[in-house]
Formats: sequence, structure tokens, C-alpha cells
Amino acid sequence: MIPPAPKCPLQLNDQGRLRHFLSLDGLPRSMLTEILDTADSFLEVGARAVKKVPLLRGMTVCNVFFENSTRTRTTFELAAKRLSADVITLNVSTSSTSKGETLTDTLRTLEAMAADMFVVRHAESGAAHFIAEHVTPNVAIINGGDGRHAHPTQGMLDMLTIRRHKGDFEKLKVAIVGDILHSRVARSNMIALKTLGCPDIRVIAPKTLLPVGLEQYGVNVYTDVNEGLKDVDVIIMLRLQRERMQGGLLPSEGEFYRLYGLSEQRLALAHPEAIVLHPGPINRGVEIDSLVADCPRSMILNQVTYGIAIRMAVLSLTMSGQNEQRQLDAEKQESL
Amino acid sequence: MSLPDPAILIPAIAHELQAHLKAKNIDNPRFVGIHTGGVWVANALLKELKNEEPLGILNVSFYRDDFSRTGLHPQVRPSQLPFEIADQHLVLIDDVQMSGRTIRAALNELFDYGRPASVTLVCLLDLNARELPIRPDIVGATLSLEQNQRVKLTGPEPLAIQLQTIDNL
Repeated sequence: MIPPAPKCPLQLNDQGRLRHFLSLDGLPRSMLTEILDTADSFLEVGARAVKKVPLLRGMTVCNVFFENSTRTRTTFELAAKRLSADVITLNVSTSSTSKGETLTDTLRTLEAMAADMFVVRHAESGAAHFIAEHVTPNVAIINGGDGRHAHPTQGMLDMLTIRRHKGDFEKLKVAIVGDILHSRVARSNMIALKTLGCPDIRVIAPKTLLPVGLEQYGVNVYTDVNEGLKDVDVIIMLRLQRERMQGGLLPSEGEFYRLYGLSEQRLALAHPEAIVLHPGPINRGVEIDSLVADCPRSMILNQVTYGIAIRMAVLSLTMSGQNEQRQLDAEKQESL
Repeated sequence: MSLPDPAILIPAIAHELQAHLKAKNIDNPRFVGIHTGGVWVANALLKELKNEEPLGILNVSFYRDDFSRTGLHPQVRPSQLPFEIADQHLVLIDDVQMSGRTIRAALNELFDYGRPASVTLVCLLDLNARELPIRPDIVGATLSLEQNQRVKLTGPEPLAIQLQTIDNL
């Protein structure tokens, strides 16, 4: 499968508003800010006695996970439920595809259930884009992570975490540390930080875990973690993705921890008020020390809460864009 | 058409509201303004009443009935209700009442916070264009507009009412 062309307008409607959410690539700063602002409002909903608003009442959101997930799947479910949508979740990895059904056939079957939105996670880069291209009009596709390509809602929830705890992106130094090569989170984060105006984005990893072509993201690359972490305001640690590794990219997890793991001593190199993010699940003692993961500067659990709000924002904004497009199409039809 | 001046309407509304609350034996109502014009009117009203209680702010974007047609309204802001809603007497304030749909959305949102003892509705202007059986308890002024006319409140300091004419209608 071919990864999608960058800056593809497929995810935008005729008015330039979101109707799918596939990648952060090519989205303007104003749109990312709108997602963050809308998520802020949904955070307030999450603090109420009745944590539900009627925005997506009568609509059906279908979570289709071709790859395992706990956090993303459950927070998408919760987000859709808090918007009053009906939700079904399918773990396709354990069903039809293992019986030989193609992606398009699975999709057609799901379409027949009259879902209004699909949240898709797939091990292949470009899967969500492929589905968005082939889906019936007026059905929104949300990328819940595709291969090594993108995880745009994770990228946005990391941005919400940073904005709520550190404020203005234009004054921040942000380090992304670990398995950059296999990380769709790293890619989405680099694009989001760049778009939001972060002037110093540092990518820290051993050479074997750095992809080629990182320059295009406008980041500073470090292979020495002690140098890279100096004075940073935000540290985003990544999970070591052993399941995606083929061949000897690393001697051992123990050596990775010694050279790149975030210990208390390393955290002390950063700004005294620096915060620590991790998309989860965390490998204690592999990329992060337990003492750091559980310290007050760790945002790992806040990220989960913010993830629900971001996903509520993305679900409602894309559905909003679909509704708008349907209205535009109807008007066009009338004027013919 | 001559437009009413909010600086004259607000003291009149304040006077009428006090009488209304007294007749209903309501001592300590909570004030809630609907974002954004309703919040401006509510602040002006609280100032007139020399009331320093915190104001609740309601943003009804998530409760509107036109989402399936027009989508989410831009620039959503969080609602802030710095007090309990359950068993409280509320004064709900908006700038312009037209169809009544905003108030319906606001009431639905309020009930997600709790069951109020009562809600008194105050509007600066009523445009006589009701589509739902929702009528303010206290109105500053009533206007009847032509089909291509709209009114807009500008503010917060000073509050003013503007008439807009829409072409190509």
C-alpha cells in the first residue's frame, strides 16, 4: 500500500473544513488551534455530573481496529458515547481478515450497517487514507493510527497537554526521545509542533532508530541524549516498539535504557519545570524509569483524560464538516 | 425604524426583575448569561442591581438543534457555572430572542448540571419571531423586523443595538 501524498485535500470539504481526519500534514495552524479550543470546551463537559452532550445523537460511530489498542480504542469509545452517538467496536484483527477478507470487502460490510463515522487503526501506512478514498460520501473516516505513518489524534492530545501545562508553543523547546523510526506518534508530533510554531524541536535517538529524511520536518537531530535534553521544556518519550523491529536494531533493552532511558538524573538536565509525556503503554525500565513515570511532572495520565476531549473535538468537527458538505451538495443540486 | 438604547432598557429590566423575584419570593437567585451577547447584558444587569455574585456563562454550541444542518458553530468556548444548579432559582439572560431555539438548547444544557428550582428568562429584545412555545418573563423591548432585517448587539462597553439589512434574500 502506498502512503498518502502529503498535503492531500481529501480530508477537507469544499469550504476547507475537516471532513475526515487522516493526518496533520497540510492542516493550517488555525485548524489545529480550533481543534485544541474545541477540546478545551469538551474537557469542561468531562468535569460535569452528566458528562454527555447531544451533538452526535442518532449517529453511529464504528471503531474498526485491525491492530491491538487499549487506550485509543477505549477513549474513542468514551468520546463517541459522551457525544451521545451509538458506538460499535470491532477488533477485525481477530475476525474476518484472518479468514481472508480484503479491506474493501470489510469496509462494504461495515457500510451496510449505516455507520456515519469510522475510526480506523491499521498496521499498514495509508490504510485510513485508502478507506477515505473508497468510502461512501458523507461518511467520515478518522485515523486511529496507521502503520508508521500517522496518529493524528495522539499528536493533538499531546499538543493539548503541552498547551495546558506550558502555554505558548512559540517559546518552547520540545524533545522527542526514543524509537523515532517506528513511531507514527513522533511523525504526528513533529508536524503538529512545527505547524503550531515551536521553534526548537529536538529528535533524540540512536542512529539505528532514526528514519531517513528527518530534515523535512525542520527538527534538530541528536544522538546524545544528555546533550539533547539540555534545558528542554517538554520531553516526549516514545515506546520501544519491539514488535515492529526486524533485525538487530538494538543490542538489548538494558543497553537502550542505559543510553537513552529517562532517569531522574537525565530529567535533571531539562528545565526544572519540564513536563514528561508518553503515549503509553509505558515500558518501565526500558525507555522510562518508574520514578520518572510516577513523578508529579509526568503527564502520562493527564494525556489519557485530554485524549477523550481531543477525540470528542475531532469526531464533532469532522461530522460538522460532513454535514456542511452535504448541505453544499444539496444546494449545488438545487441550482442545477 | 428607531432602535431602543440598552442604557435605558437595562435599568427598566432591573426594576421589573426585582419586582418579579419579589412576587415569587425568590431571595438569592443565580445569574446565568448565554455566550456572548447574553453575558454582556447579564453583566450590565448585575452592575445595575449592585449584585456582586459570580455570573454563570453558558455556551450552547453542543446543544443546538442545527448541528446536522450547519455543523458546529465556530469558536466554541467552555461553559462556566461557578455554583450548584440543583435546587437553585436561576435567572437566565440572553440578548435577542428570535425563534426560541437558543433558549431550548440552554435549558437542556442547564438540566445536565442539575435540576433547578426555577428558571426566569430575561431578554433584552424580543423579535416576535417565535418558532417554539418559549416566551421571556421579562423583555426590554419588542421589535418586529422586516424579513431581510436582523439586529445585532455590540458591546460589552457600551452596549448598542445595530440594525442590519441582508441583501439577496
